[in-house]
Amino acid sequence: MHLHKYEKIWLAFGIGCLFVFLTVIGVSAFAEGNQPPSCLTTIDPEKVDQTPPFDKPGLVKTGNNEYQLNIVVSAFAFTPNQIEIPKGAKVTINVTSKDVIHGFEVAGTNVNMMVEPGYINTLTKTFDKTGEYTILCNEYCGAGHHMMTGRIKVVD
Amino acid sequence: MMGETMKVDRRDAKLTLAHLYVAFIALALGGLAGLLQTLVRSGKFNLPAGISYYTILTTHGVLLGLVLTTFFIIGFQFAAVSRTSGAFSDRVRFWGWVGFWTMTIGTAMTAFFILTGQAAVLYTFYAPLQAHAGFYLGLTLVVVGSWISGFAIFAHYARWKKQNPGKASPLLTFMSVTNMILWLVCTLGVAATVLFQLLPWSLGITDRINILVSRTLFWYFGHPLVYFWLLPAYMIWYVVIPKVIGGKIFSDSLARLAFILFLIFSIPVGFHHQLLEPGITPFWKYVQVILTFMVVIPSLMTAFAMFATFESYGRSKGATGLFGWLRKLPWGDARFFAPFVGMLFFIPGGAGGIINASHQLDQVVHNTVWVTGHFHLTIATTVVLTFFGAAYWLIPHLSGRVMTKAMNRLAIIQTVVWAIGMTFMSGSMHFAGLLGAPRRSAFSTYGNSPQALEWIPYQIAQAVGGTILFIGIILVLVIVTNLAFFAPKGETEFPVAEAAEPAERTALAMENWKLWIGITVALILIAYTIPFVDMIQNAPPGSKGYKLW
Repeated sequence: MHLHKYEKIWLAFGIGCLFVFLTVIGVSAFAEGNQPPSCLTTIDPEKVDQTPPFDKPGLVKTGNNEYQLNIVVSAFAFTPNQIEIPKGAKVTINVTSKDVIHGFEVAGTNVNMMVEPGYINTLTKTFDKTGEYTILCNEYCGAGHHMMTGRIKVVD
Repeated sequence: MMGETMKVDRRDAKLTLAHLYVAFIALALGGLAGLLQTLVRSGKFNLPAGISYYTILTTHGVLLGLVLTTFFIIGFQFAAVSRTSGAFSDRVRFWGWVGFWTMTIGTAMTAFFILTGQAAVLYTFYAPLQAHAGFYLGLTLVVVGSWISGFAIFAHYARWKKQNPGKASPLLTFMSVTNMILWLVCTLGVAATVLFQLLPWSLGITDRINILVSRTLFWYFGHPLVYFWLLPAYMIWYVVIPKVIGGKIFSDSLARLAFILFLIFSIPVGFHHQLLEPGITPFWKYVQVILTFMVVIPSLMTAFAMFATFESYGRSKGATGLFGWLRKLPWGDARFFAPFVGMLFFIPGGAGGIINASHQLDQVVHNTVWVTGHFHLTIATTVVLTFFGAAYWLIPHLSGRVMTKAMNRLAIIQTVVWAIGMTFMSGSMHFAGLLGAPRRSAFSTYGNSPQALEWIPYQIAQAVGGTILFIGIILVLVIVTNLAFFAPKGETEFPVAEAAEPAERTALAMENWKLWIGITVALILIAYTIPFVDMIQNAPPGSKGYKLW
């Protein structure tokens, strides 16, 4: 099979770019810890209200400027849906669903994860800027999907 | 070589035309649904008579994502195989019709359950939202019908090989066979979740379902699905466009190699749709991200081949300078212009795909309307404009008519309208998505959230784009109706280009199906076995069905 010289250059450049991209993604993920939310912990979706930490959902202080935010997601609500977080706090957000698949997104941030019944999903975020952020569901879950919302207020 | 004058057999032509009729009816109805969605999301319009946004959305996705594409592709491939490998035997044609009717009945069933409000589960039908069993059964019939047609194509191919020992099969036939193998291997996943999980569960035979297994089987199918859409567009680019402009195929062997690479790499990549999911370890997600990036390589080869064909042709016509050849291309010919504009849109489309498949960037755009903007570039512009461009010669070829100059001009206008409408719609979807606006959601201000209010101007731009695109749909329907029923009688060519160099032995080696399917299966097993076993062994309690619409 004959490969034209220009095609060799083009493919070398293109494939080279792909490997650069993959290296950037890989180093960021495995060396710097920027992995996608991939929690393996399971939970009985029908016993979420009785299972810690979701039996008492909300913000819990776990250390110096470190918090855990546990949110129960169901059709069509986030519990709790009004959250105040001190500026600079490092927050580990845990979510799970009581019914169907939902999405958990804090608009304008990198907080974005799938919420699936039977699984806990988790992600850590440091809130550096004061302001108000919108929580919304970004995976279709039924008639009230677009009504699911909440607020995070980052305060001084 | 045999017959550049070859025509598709008249009986085979009817089979293809039947597929194309269904495809364009789906375009009309699905396009109307799309228009309504963009109007609702602008916030200025409410659906009448209590029709649900999500019913319309499900209709749009199923009709355009599954029905338009599958019917057009199978119809086109029947014509391509009949054109290049000779008329079908009565048996092959009979099974082609069985496939067609199975798919059509399946489509009608699915549509019935969607429109009667019993299946507002979107075209991805993620459990534990539970549609009426008839919805899943209808989709099963669509897939089974496509398998029957696939095997009809395989049978015809096998007969050709028997009659032409030691010869490489015609390029379009080879490509059609590759695409149907890809389709067969990937639909096994969706068939497994529908037959073993969703159907028994929706019929009440089982009461719980493993969500993650179902989603994983769906996405094992869901990504190669987009390559099943793309490869027929590539067939048209590789084989038809060179003939339309008066040039030659840049390289027969490299075209075949590109198709084999698609077969091998497009399947074990579904996790890049599941990057933000619990229950799958980051390591296996990354393995599939690597494989996802490998699928870019045959697209790079295709881009090179296309522009090499264009430039060689222009230079053979005396073009000079770095870009002089561009002026020699037949810009006034819709058969070239529509697919060419499609190619241009694949540049941002492909780049967006690489972004979506990258862990950290996906974190920003996952499930935002950015993703909707992305696939409206790739499938709804690149692929669809190429299909329109093909319809402009395929339909008159089959109906024994010719395209008039006026219709050609209308087709050029149609392409421009589409490009403008899509720039508005997809462009504003991309921007709104970066700001966080979610996909698959009816209009909402999220309790007057200042952030959500910022998205509204983009949503209005989407409605403007959607309206322009709907005008584009009306135009293409006018053109194809004319070509099928009203254009002047005459002969239209089914353009099939010759290779610049005669087929080499490598072309024959590309038909070592045992080897390619073996590698494909091996890669699938490597990418999926361990995470899949993990999912089953560490499964949480299953889910009951929910009807929340």
